[in-house]
Formats: sequence, C-alpha cells, structure tokens
Amino acid sequence: MTTLVFVEASEGKIKKTSLEAISYAHAMGGSVVAIALGTVDKAELESIGKYGATKVLHAADAKLDHPVIQVYSSVLIQAMQQENADNLILANSSLGTPVAAKVAVKTGAAFASNVVELPNTASGFVVKRSIYTGKAFSFVEMKTAKKVIAIRKNAAEMKETGGSAAITAFTPTLNDADFNTKILSTEKATGEISLPEANIVVSGGRGLKGPEHWGILEELAKTLHAATGCSKPVSDMGWRPHHEHVGQTGVKVAPQLYIAIGISGAIQHLAGVNSSKCIVVINKDADAPFFKAADYGIIGDAFEVVPKLTAAIQAAK
Amino acid sequence: MKILVCISHVPDTTSKINFIDNNTRFDTTGVQFIIGPYDDYALARAIELKETSGATVTVLNVGTADTEPTIRKALAIGADDAIRVNADPTDSYFVASQIAEHAKGFDLVLMGRESIDFNGGVVHAMVGEMLGIPAISPVMKLDIEGTTVKMTKEIEGGKEMVEASLPLVAGCQEPIAEWKIPNMRGIMSARTKPLKVVEPKAVDKLIVAQKFELPAPKGAVKMISPDNVAELVTRLKTEAKVL
Ligand SMILES: Cc1cc2nc3c(=O)[nH]c(=O)nc-3n(C[C@H](O)[C@H](O)[C@H](O)COP(=O)(O)OP(=O)(O)OC[C@H]3O[C@@H](n4cnc5c(N)ncnc54)[C@H](O)[C@@H]3O)c2cc1C
Repeated sequence: MTTLVFVEASEGKIKKTSLEAISYAHAMGGSVVAIALGTVDKAELESIGKYGATKVLHAADAKLDHPVIQVYSSVLIQAMQQENADNLILANSSLGTPVAAKVAVKTGAAFASNVVELPNTASGFVVKRSIYTGKAFSFVEMKTAKKVIAIRKNAAEMKETGGSAAITAFTPTLNDADFNTKILSTEKATGEISLPEANIVVSGGRGLKGPEHWGILEELAKTLHAATGCSKPVSDMGWRPHHEHVGQTGVKVAPQLYIAIGISGAIQHLAGVNSSKCIVVINKDADAPFFKAADYGIIGDAFEVVPKLTAAIQAAK
Repeated sequence: MKILVCISHVPDTTSKINFIDNNTRFDTTGVQFIIGPYDDYALARAIELKETSGATVTVLNVGTADTEPTIRKALAIGADDAIRVNADPTDSYFVASQIAEHAKGFDLVLMGRESIDFNGGVVHAMVGEMLGIPAISPVMKLDIEGTTVKMTKEIEGGKEMVEASLPLVAGCQEPIAEWKIPNMRGIMSARTKPLKVVEPKAVDKLIVAQKFELPAPKGAVKMISPDNVAELVTRLKTEAKVL
C-alpha cells in the first residue's frame, strides 16, 4: 500500500497539521510519499522524512505558490498516478478539504473529512469522524479501493521515526484552464501563531469590556506562546479580527489547552472548542455555563486574575 | 441571472444529540430542525442579489418530506421556487451528485460552507468538480460585475481576495449578508410558491455510516481560588500535562 500525503506550507514553512498527517499515514502502514507545492524552505522539506515519509515530491513551480484548488487537485492526481498511490491523506483545513473533495470525485475514491482516529481495518475500512460540531462521532466504512482522508488537527500525534526521505523534483503538467480562480491579494496576520494550528489558545469574550483591554490577554498568550481567539460578539463589534472568532460559526479549534476569559460559554461557542484536551475558564459569574464544560475554573475578575496568572506562569518557567 | 441556493435541514444549534436503535439512528425526539446556519447566509446573499439585480432564486434541498417546512421557510424569506430531491441525505458525495444533477443552467450556486450535522465541508467542492466550474469556500463577501465575481474568502489567519467568472459555486459564511427573517407576507406567499419534488438519481454508495457514538462524559470541573493561581499552573503542568 502506498499513501500520498499532501503537505501544506505557508511562507515556506510546513504546517504542523501536515506533519501530523504524515505520522497518521505512517501509522496506517505501507509506504508514505509526501508532496509539497510551490516555494518551500529546503530544511523544511528535509524535515518531512523524520515523520515517516520515505520520499518527498517537490513541485517547486512558483505558479503553485498561490493555492488554486483546481490546480492543486490536478497536481495531486498526477502524483497519485506516478506513485501508484492507493490513498491520499491531508489535513482537514480550508485548503486541504476542498482539494481532497475534488481529487475524490475525479478518481472515484471514497472521501471522509473530519477524521479523528486511525482506520479500523479489522472488517472493512472504517474511520471515525467528528459530527454535529463535536457533539458526536460517526463510524463510516469507506468502500472503494482508493481512499481520500482529511484528518483533523490533533487527531494524530506527530511522531519522529528517525527516518529520512529523498527529495525529488516533481514536474506536473499545468493546464491553464485550471487556473480558473485568480488570487488578487492576501491579507494575513504575520508573526502571529495560527489559531487552528496552535497548541494553546487564549480566548476573550465580552467580559473584557473593550478592545483596549486585550493587552492583558495578549500578555498571557505571549507568555504561553499561545494563539489568541475570541467569542462571536467580540469579532462582530470589531474588537478583534473575524478570523479569531471561535465557535459554531467561526474557527473550530482542538488545542491541548484552551483558556476562556470572560466568555459565558454559550452552546455555539462550546461547539468550536469542545475537542480541546483541557479547558480553563476564568469568569466572575459562578453560574456561567462554561464552568460545566471546563476542566479547571477560577471564579474571579479577569482584570485581577489574568495578570496574576501571567506572572505565575513566568515564575514557574 | 439564475441563482440556486442549496439548503440543509439540520437540528437547531442548541439541540441535544442522541442516537437510537443501537446507536445507528439519530433521535429526532424533541429536536427542532432549521435551515443550516451557513446556508442561511447563502440564502440571505441570494435574496440581496435578487433585490439589487433582479436575479431569480431557486432553493434546493436533498431530503425526505419532513424537510418541507424548512424549504417553505426559505421560500418565505424570498426564494421564488424550490426543488426537493426526495431522498435521505446519507453522505456528501450522494448529496453533491443530486445537486449537480439539477444545478446545470444556473449561473451561481450558493450554499453554506458546511452543514452543522455531518460537518463534511465538501459538498461545494464536489459540486464544482462535477459541473466543471470553480468552487470557492468559505466566502465572506461576494459581488458580481457582469460575469466577474469578486470574493473574499477566509484562510487560516487571514483572508484572500479572489476573482472568478460565472458560473461558479460558493460555500458561504458570515458576514456575507445579514440573516433574513420571514415577514407575514412572505409566509403567506410561500404557501403557493412552486415546490417540485423529484426522485434522486442512482449513485454508488462509496461510504456507509455504520454507527454513531457520543463523546465520553466530562469529569467535574476543579475550582481554583483566584488568590492562588499558582496552583492552576502547577496542576496544568503535573495533572493535566498541558504546559
Ligand atoms: C446561530 C448562532 C451561531 C453562533 N455562533 C457563535 C460562535 O461561533 N462563537 C461564539 O462565540 N458565539 C456564537 N454565537 C453567539 C453565542 O450564542 C453567544 O452570544 C456568545 O458566545 C456570547 O459571547 P460572550 O461569552 O463573549 O458574551 P456574554 O454572553 O455577554 O458573556 C460575557 C461573560 O463575561 C463575564 N464577565 C463579565 N465581566 C467579567 C470580568 N471582569 N471578569 C471575568 N468575567 C467577566 C460574564 O459573567 C459573562 O459570562 C452564535 C449564536 C447563534 C444564534
């Protein structure tokens, strides 16, 4: 069995979720071939082998720097053909999932997104998917010979295997008609820790009273090397950018640690964070519903507790 | 311009999720069904385009007869007519195949970026592929000039401004438009708007759901005194092992 893994990169750096996808493919058994598109740092490409890929295909064409979904899916299909790959695995991301969907349709492969565990192959090929926005799981059998799987962040542990991979240039045929969407510009917060990728997320809600108070939250996030998030009203009011809004209608996160400050814990917010490994809630209202979903809670005023917490973390370092 | 809006019929966001028949079937007891929240954004933008450019808006749902109140609500919000593909929407590939069957001839196909029941997030991309037209998601802003569509889509940590030509498929999310609430006149006229029921086309089953499971119940929260936040740090290190 050969599995192709699509490795996503941003500003030349490979995304952690893609290395998780390599580990997932490695754990499935068989041989693992990774493919990276566009400009990617050489050292980054070399690091892929550590997680279990034996070969890295690099399509370095600068035309591939902009992720046009149609083009990416076409390149992945060509790589699958060249490598005679049975499966395609990638991260469940805003880029990975639609690319995977197209590959699946074109190749007649069954496709499962939001997958949270390794497949069970005892009888058939059954994967576990997260559904109802984290409130349940379904076990689905993938019935085709070829399979495409998008795995959710933190569903597979990044594991170093001690191996290394040969890096080979890959030159796909690029069809002009596939460049059917033109990327005019990109606005990206640089230097920030990406929210969907972060191991620790510090989020603030309406309880912080205004954007001018976000300093205490950012200080805590910096100390923890965490990404910052917020509740929906906070982004609706323009206190924070939309891409920080966590929940049912925002970003879904699954970090090791989620710290919610001045957020009541409405069900729509919980739907975006319920897959976090550990949840800490700081709220001055003892009856805030978030405490029911939390692992640890502090009843107190955020403006007093948060600076103390930052200091305690610094002291413990 | 002809716009097709695909809507899912999903449990209200606040519903308690349960399964019956040995965890093989969703328990609908006491559950209120709504238009998928993301689909609601798609519908709202379609109605705005109808108001500003005279487009026609058709809604499509793949679902059994139970979904008709949800479809009537979309008609009450302002869609002109509706199609219901009479089938249980078992998986994304099946749903996308049914949509693609009816989407030919439409200039713009709008839907939510994902449904909130199966959370596949892939139907738009599949429909685009089946029709051989661009599919863009998640779209937060969409404007049309002639046959050019300018969109803003969300990406991890930011946004991207993209352009493509009609026809295309867009998976929508906020803040593309303000949700619309049906008014009395809308509700009255929805009763008489055409709702066509068609039988599904045969599609190979590539995926079969075998059973469902609920997450393990959460342990009780451990409360820590605000005067002793150092204890939280210690516990996060030694007990939860997340620091
Ligand atoms: C269809 C739909 C989708 C939605 N999607 C989302 C979503 O994706 N994400 C989302 O977040 N919401 C979503 N919402 C909104 C959601 O229902 C809540 O309104 C929202 O999450 C509340 O945000 P909040 O907790 O910041 O504000 P509030 O509910 O106002 O809570 C503020 C909290 O701060 C506490 N507080 C106040 N002062 C202090 C202080 N000094 N120190 C400590 N604590 C303090 C209060 O006790 C309170 O608990 C959605 C709603 C709908 C209907």
